[in-house]
Amino acid sequence: MDLNFTPEEIAFRDECRRFFRQEFPEAIRRKVLEGQHLTREEIVTSHRLLNARGWATPNWPKEWGGQDWSPVQLYFYQDEMQQAGVPSPLGFNTSMVGPVIAQFGNLATKERFLAKTANLDIWWCQGFSEPGAGSDLAGLRTRAERRGDTWVINGQKTWTTLAQHADWIFVLCRTDPAAKKQEGISFILAPMDTPGITRRPIQTIDGGHEVNEIFFDDVVVPAENLVGEVNKGWDYAKFLLGNERTGIARVGFSKARLKRIRELASLEHVGSHRIIDDPKFREKLSAVEIELKALEMTQLRVVAGDRKRDKGKPDPASSILKLKGSQIQQTSTELLMEVVGPYVMPFAMSDEGSGRNETGYGPDYAAGAAPAYFNTRKVSIYGGSNEIQRNIIAKAILGF
Amino acid sequence: MDFDLTDDQRLLKDSVDRLIADRYDFEQRKKARTEKDGWSRAMWAQFAELGLLGLPFAEEHGGFGGGPVETMIVMEAFGRGLVLEPFLATVILGGGLVRRLGSAAQQDALLPQVAAGKLLLAFAHVERFSRYDLSDVQATATRAGDGWVLNGEKSVVLHGDCADKLLVTARTAGGRHDRAGIGLFLVDAAAAGVSRKGYATQDGLRAAEVAFANAPAEAVLGDPGGALPGVERVVDEAIAAICAEAVGLMQCMHDITVDYMKTRQQFGRAIGSFQVLQHRSVDMLVALEQARSMAMFATMMAADEDETIRRRSVSAAKVQIGRSGRHVGQEAVQLHGGIAMTMEYKVGHYFKRMTMLEMLFGDADTHQKIVSEMGSLF
Ligand SMILES: Cc1cc2nc3c(=O)[nH]c(=O)nc-3n(C[C@H](O)[C@H](O)[C@H](O)COP(=O)(O)OP(=O)(O)OC[C@H]3O[C@@H](n4cnc5c(N)ncnc54)[C@H](O)[C@@H]3O)c2cc1C
Repeated sequence: MDLNFTPEEIAFRDECRRFFRQEFPEAIRRKVLEGQHLTREEIVTSHRLLNARGWATPNWPKEWGGQDWSPVQLYFYQDEMQQAGVPSPLGFNTSMVGPVIAQFGNLATKERFLAKTANLDIWWCQGFSEPGAGSDLAGLRTRAERRGDTWVINGQKTWTTLAQHADWIFVLCRTDPAAKKQEGISFILAPMDTPGITRRPIQTIDGGHEVNEIFFDDVVVPAENLVGEVNKGWDYAKFLLGNERTGIARVGFSKARLKRIRELASLEHVGSHRIIDDPKFREKLSAVEIELKALEMTQLRVVAGDRKRDKGKPDPASSILKLKGSQIQQTSTELLMEVVGPYVMPFAMSDEGSGRNETGYGPDYAAGAAPAYFNTRKVSIYGGSNEIQRNIIAKAILGF
Repeated sequence: MDFDLTDDQRLLKDSVDRLIADRYDFEQRKKARTEKDGWSRAMWAQFAELGLLGLPFAEEHGGFGGGPVETMIVMEAFGRGLVLEPFLATVILGGGLVRRLGSAAQQDALLPQVAAGKLLLAFAHVERFSRYDLSDVQATATRAGDGWVLNGEKSVVLHGDCADKLLVTARTAGGRHDRAGIGLFLVDAAAAGVSRKGYATQDGLRAAEVAFANAPAEAVLGDPGGALPGVERVVDEAIAAICAEAVGLMQCMHDITVDYMKTRQQFGRAIGSFQVLQHRSVDMLVALEQARSMAMFATMMAADEDETIRRRSVSAAKVQIGRSGRHVGQEAVQLHGGIAMTMEYKVGHYFKRMTMLEMLFGDADTHQKIVSEMGSLF
């Protein structure tokens, strides 16, 4: 056992740090670090800047634009990116549909989609969840029927994140109603402007618009939009969900948030002393830092184990990362709110949901605090709720 | 000790509960929010008719003569309804300040109007840097002829945008944190030198930033340099009131969650059939009952004449309400899943109101500190 990073690994980390902090647009980074929402243009710009360097899709197979990095390199890349406030490349593209196409698509599908997906020329959204199929995703009912050279899709998806920006959607559809739940599902691609697709925005409790309902009413797409084999969609979905490995705990993001809380706590005063000078507050903050340090080490252990792991098979240890990582993200937003104090109350979000206080009520960092707290409740719900993660751990690790 | 309500209290409870059940459902509330003030004047008139706007006032002031228990009953019901109207600002805070600090003549002039629903009050106290410290006042009041003029800025004034008159704390002497030298002034909101910026708060209610530039005060309430003890007392009464409101919120969050668990199907059965989720909803209930007990304790102690005992008890209740409220709110959202993250569903609105009450007049850590510095509760 050697718990130190190699000189090469350190050099790689420094190169990530330099690139993210010195070559990346400062304005975008500041918005991310201050918890403001980005516009579509800003997301596209930053994604393409990464891709120009081959850094939007390092986890892809090398022949399709991947970097063949070691797990430690991937870890540093993500950690430094999140700490610098560089927006992660769009996950629907880079860690969901891209890897599925690269792994299971035929050559024509790969050639048609992968480069455009890597460069965010196509913006993808994820059509998995339905009103009746959340945790029980395999209970989905949206149907695709084969008619001649086409698939005809009918049904409804929901919680579709950023579908308002999307060009395409990848949809899990039931293609064999007679088969066992998991065995009759296929993975189909559809352009969002196909006739029969309609979208209804859902406003979240923080006032933002990030999710949507998507209705499919006799939506016709060519047969070639099926990825891989028919009725194998469930395997691809599992591959996809197990694919997001190192980023899942959002350690770098939480580091940046705790740093910001520390900064704000030295601006805000209680009576004549700064909040950061209050020993109770410092203890609370350092307690979260300890949890985060432990998580970082756990993540490094999981990452190191990746070398020996069968690629593409979900590892139940990632459930530990998701569970703990989401809890730390949530606790940090509580601290943020407590630091801000009475000025959490004004609701100052513009229609664009900028999350920034432009209207001049109190300090400009105040407006985002309560919305961040409300919004971050989602991280223990989506991507497999924390209860589902515990079920996975109980079953797969403990053998219950 | 008797936890049963008297006949009169039961009558009050029945009528407020009925009003909330019949006239204050989620859709009606949503509609009221779109009205000019962000709440319903018609509903306000109903409150007046039921005698709620004079609830804690003496009968000679057009009041109901109610005590802390009556306030608790009404606030809990208002919590369940997520009531938008300025009851806390006008009746509990504004009315309370007039009652505790105003002269007999001032009470005679103001309270009957409040009770009749004709006068809206707001308490302008918090400042940009004061956070939860009631003695941290930088706004000033200076003598001008017979009267006073005010200068300074007040923050997050609850329902300050619609108030007819403001009750403003301002310094007449002493330094920023001195307990002595704080006065309470009545200012007409339309007076020259008063400017207001109203806004919605996170929970869908309203507040305002208010600035005073040589604004004339209509009157001073009580000793111009000795208002703080009275202000503290009224704030303690208000904390007891919002503890009761929070219990109403928690009760609803718990009820809605348990109902949802019994109907929501996943994996071919109700999610409530998973024992792990049953236990979570049981823990919510325990937190709720602890909070209910402490809300009652605050109700009992908020009028205590011994300042130390009163402060310590009310702060203890605020700690419990803060911790229970956070737990119940977060779990209500979690056990629902995605649906609770939406504006269209009721539970998120309870969660948000609960979060604001958790912060109002000091979060749990702030009050924990007060309790720990004031010695044992036993
Ligand atoms: C902000 C946000 C963005 C999202 N983005 C997307 C997206 O882009 N694309 C997409 O397809 N989906 C998306 N989702 C959907 C998300 O994946 C689902 O919300 C999630 O799977 C939970 O499903 P549900 O909301 O239906 O809750 P339910 O499954 O109904 O769960 C309700 C509660 O029951 C618990 N529960 C359920 N089953 C069990 C069990 N067996 N044992 C113990 N507890 C259980 C859950 O943990 C939860 O607490 C998003 C959700 C949110 C909130």
